[in-house]
Amino acid sequence: MLDASEGYTTADGRKIGGVLMEMQNITLRFGGVVAIKDISFDIREGEIRAIIGPNGAGKSSMLNVISGFYRPQEGAVIYKGRKRPAMKPYQVAQQGIARTFQNIALFEGMSVLDNVMTGRLTHMKSSLFSQALWWGKAEAEEIANRELVERVIDFLEIQHIRKTPVGRLPYGLKKRVELARALAAEPSLLLLDEPMAGMNVEEKEDMSRFILDVNDEFGTTIALIEHDMGVVMDLSDRVVVMDYGKKIGDGTPDEVRNNQDVIDAYLGVSHD
Amino acid sequence: MPDQLLFAMEVTLNGLMAGVLYALVALGFVLIFKASGIFNYAQGVMALFAALTLVGLQEGQIPFAHLINAILGTDLHHFGWHLTAIVAIVLTIGVMVLLAILVERIVLRHLVNQEPIILFMATIGLAYFLEGLGDLMWGSDIKKLDVGLPQGISETIDTATFNWFGYGFFIDKLDIFATVIAALLVIGLTLFSQYSKQGRALRAVADDHQAALSVGISLRFIWVLVWSIAGFVALVAGIMWGAKSGVQFSLSLIALKALPVLMLGGFTSIPGAIVGGLIIGVGEKLFEFAIGPMVGGATENWFAYVLALLFLVFRPQGLFGEKIIERV
Repeated sequence: MLDASEGYTTADGRKIGGVLMEMQNITLRFGGVVAIKDISFDIREGEIRAIIGPNGAGKSSMLNVISGFYRPQEGAVIYKGRKRPAMKPYQVAQQGIARTFQNIALFEGMSVLDNVMTGRLTHMKSSLFSQALWWGKAEAEEIANRELVERVIDFLEIQHIRKTPVGRLPYGLKKRVELARALAAEPSLLLLDEPMAGMNVEEKEDMSRFILDVNDEFGTTIALIEHDMGVVMDLSDRVVVMDYGKKIGDGTPDEVRNNQDVIDAYLGVSHD
Repeated sequence: MPDQLLFAMEVTLNGLMAGVLYALVALGFVLIFKASGIFNYAQGVMALFAALTLVGLQEGQIPFAHLINAILGTDLHHFGWHLTAIVAIVLTIGVMVLLAILVERIVLRHLVNQEPIILFMATIGLAYFLEGLGDLMWGSDIKKLDVGLPQGISETIDTATFNWFGYGFFIDKLDIFATVIAALLVIGLTLFSQYSKQGRALRAVADDHQAALSVGISLRFIWVLVWSIAGFVALVAGIMWGAKSGVQFSLSLIALKALPVLMLGGFTSIPGAIVGGLIIGVGEKLFEFAIGPMVGGATENWFAYVLALLFLVFRPQGLFGEKIIERV
């Protein structure tokens, strides 16, 4: 078992820090349907944490609980050592938790650059008045924000489409723009909802590389949901496995791979 | 120059000025439509309500005086003060912001994620409610709105054109003033929506609610903001129209003229609202001037709608509207 305060060192030698977020006995119901049953796990600073499970296991629900789109009936979310009160999604975002969506939620009518700039909204503090006069804080702020946004755009290799309206982009690039917008917020915790869904092998490889690079370069803590077992095992440091709303496994990819419950859930088990 | 041509020029100029006033109303529609996808049927009534409130505050009228008198048997009418125009305008802006907050609280908040048609129906309800509220608060008599705007024929233009062409153009000073105000308003709003943080958030909300939430934008705040701005634009339109033809119920009907303006300009474009307004304004004046006498006049009543109909057939998104891109 891991110590709560101290981190650990990964197989490839990265240092993982203390607990950033802890989910304690989360239960989420929709009417009579129980989507998440009494699940606890933690996310540590600097790690790539995956939540996997078969269809309908409650992975997306879990991500929506973390990002404030759903409110669990029971349990607590501890974030940065403090219990988080019930929050609206935009308040969660203001606390430094950025996310992407399974079925892409971008501002289709706006350019790539504008989309990524919206990621900076939570960091803009200047008043409307000083913005109107383009004076003092407003100017410095806009310039600093633009610089950071351009860095992110460079990093994710989407310079060539900076001015293109997002609505015209192919699926794979949209996914990348969404990641850029989330990154622009300089999040403490980055949530990725099936970042590789619907991609071909090449796009999946690109996306995997970006996720690893983001974690490596900016030290961003990442929690992701993924369907593709192979990808998850290569990417993540620790994996939570869910099935029918329950946690059936938690540990390093190797531990999880050899867990009998997980094998049963994925491959099925004969009822004899 | 032949007289006919000069006269046509004068008509065109007057049409442009009238168009500016149409554009002012259309602007309010565009703002709300862009930010929330709601076609706000109540925009015209908001202009009426704003103008009524402005006059009422300026004259020191007691709100709901008729109601109070009827119930309590008193005979109250006025507070007995007379506010200067600027104070009354600032107070009216306050009332419009309050209205925006109430609309969000009482109407919009409960209709999140509903179909646009449901929200549209809600704004129809809002229109009738506001109309009744305005009547009840300030009375239904025609009021004179006087905030010290210049009015009457512009002597300078009259003499200047008379000296150049030997024919003096008749142009109302109020129309010139309205043009300047509208231009400032459009520039201001465009800068606001393109370059300010709140403007960017506003465009984001218009595009995708879920994504907007995920980058930390409060939908409620944006809705209140956009309804406040629409209220402010309604006030400006109310002042201009009110100063021109008095504050009366028919003010709310100019909203109907904004519809063809929007179909021409596109529902999502601020410059579109302006250009659309100008085209309708000039179009109906020139049409009346050229064709009107042949068909017995009164073409101004229907010209705008016919033009809009033609646009719907050939360019449904309007001149400046966002192209409807659909991937298949």
